[in-house]
Amino acid sequence: MSRPAGPGLRRPRRWAFYGFCGAVFFFLMLPVLVVVPMSFSSSRYLQFPPPGFSLRWYSNYLRDPEWTGATVRSLVIAGFVTLISTVVGTMASVGLVRGTFRGKQLIHSLIVSPMIVPVIIVAIALYFFYAPFKTWGMPLIGTVPGLVIAHCLLALPLVVINVSATLRGFDRNLEMASQNLGAGPLVTFRRITFPLIRPGIVSGALFAFITSFDELVIAIFISGSTARTLPVKMWEGIRLEIDPTIAAVSSLLIGLSVTLLLAIELLRRDRPGRAG
Amino acid sequence: MLALVGPALALLGVFFVLPLGNVVRWSVLDPGGAGLTGVYYVRALTETIYLRVILNTFRISLYVTVICLLLAYPVAYLLASVPRRVANLLMILVVLPFWISLLVRLYAWIILLQKAGLVNSALLRLGLVTEPLPLVYNLTGVIVGMVHVLLPFMILPLYSVMKGIDPNLMVAAQNLGGTPAQAFRRVFLPLTYPGIGAGVLMVFMLSIGYFVTPALLGGLKETFIAQLIEQQVSVLIDWNFAAALAALLLAVTLIVYYVFNRALGLDRIWGGV
Repeated sequence: MSRPAGPGLRRPRRWAFYGFCGAVFFFLMLPVLVVVPMSFSSSRYLQFPPPGFSLRWYSNYLRDPEWTGATVRSLVIAGFVTLISTVVGTMASVGLVRGTFRGKQLIHSLIVSPMIVPVIIVAIALYFFYAPFKTWGMPLIGTVPGLVIAHCLLALPLVVINVSATLRGFDRNLEMASQNLGAGPLVTFRRITFPLIRPGIVSGALFAFITSFDELVIAIFISGSTARTLPVKMWEGIRLEIDPTIAAVSSLLIGLSVTLLLAIELLRRDRPGRAG
Repeated sequence: MLALVGPALALLGVFFVLPLGNVVRWSVLDPGGAGLTGVYYVRALTETIYLRVILNTFRISLYVTVICLLLAYPVAYLLASVPRRVANLLMILVVLPFWISLLVRLYAWIILLQKAGLVNSALLRLGLVTEPLPLVYNLTGVIVGMVHVLLPFMILPLYSVMKGIDPNLMVAAQNLGGTPAQAFRRVFLPLTYPGIGAGVLMVFMLSIGYFVTPALLGGLKETFIAQLIEQQVSVLIDWNFAAALAALLLAVTLIVYYVFNRALGLDRIWGGV
């Protein structure tokens, strides 16, 4: 069902309405439209349009061990975060959606609260909390495990929200039927529940990955000088010496984002009952 | 079933609840050693330089929230009124920025808004200005960057509410003699209040905790509370004062969330159980 565009507007006003919306969409897309051409610039200054075509900023990025090292580290951290938060988050979702115990609402609020608390507070809280671990022989500041734990806090709510939505979306009788036919809870989960909620798990995992891979504020505090992630390296680059290497990195990241977004879009199409 | 929640609870208990409690502890710890003190809170709320940062944070967050609402409302209306297939395509444009690294977007805005940037050269070429405008490292830069980042958070709840409004209600209002403008103001607009509330809450709550955007696109006058906290920790190494500022920011955020949640039942939007 569609309704006439614009609150019953006559033609000139309707075009003004379309024009306004078009301008907002343009505003949303503008940064993406600029960064990619910049990355192929032949100039070291941020001229737009670029004076000529060159791949030097890409080769700059690939040849600099600091850039590639930070990229690999970010990928490793995001990989661990995805794995841990998806497993822990899926378990928690099943427990919360299927379980009937007291304090369920409270636990749910606790799990989503890292989305509400400003990330700077989480960052300094972990920074203070991690500090003494060094004297106990297991430093968490400037190490990959410290960052993995921190990012899991932010990724967990996204997994739980996605998985819970799919868990609520399917017919529970399927699980009951499986159990009535003699399957134990584990077999039921593996053969019935898991295949049905897989789209939710996968999109939760993608959200977890991108959240960790893109996270900056906590990493500024926790990564120290020994575990700098890609966002931290970019942050320093933008503040100190702006050159188009960052545009090259940015374009690669845009490519990654678009790929992940398409993957999620395809998953959404597969998911029954959630069209649109 | 409770056991399945165990690992998540353990993770959050040890690495989220305890550290936050620890921040509150630091905020009242007496520098002399024993005892509790409120001096850090008093300092944050009475000294002009800190008070100015706190008020600035709220003022700029308010500007950003209002601008987001004004830009998002017509766009959400458009999305709700075009056919589903077109809406889904346009929705990709709305959520795409979500997926682009924050740093990438802010970096692009620096390129666009700087003295020799695209916006200024366009304005010069069109003859609208005679010399480049200062658009970045000031209030304009912060607002442009924050609105860009937060706009989807306003569009999405508005769209989901508008999508659920029966278009026949507007037709009925007009059949009963209302002008289109009246039908909009008296029927459609009130029905979208929950969406407005949810969007305003999200944008304002996220804004007051912002750190990266004001740090990259703002100047000294646009310092946010989060930047002040960062300075206290990394530059001045004053953990107690940083903790007090963090506790204040946390309290405000939770109060805003609680009040709106009470009024609107937002837990449903978060997928509450």
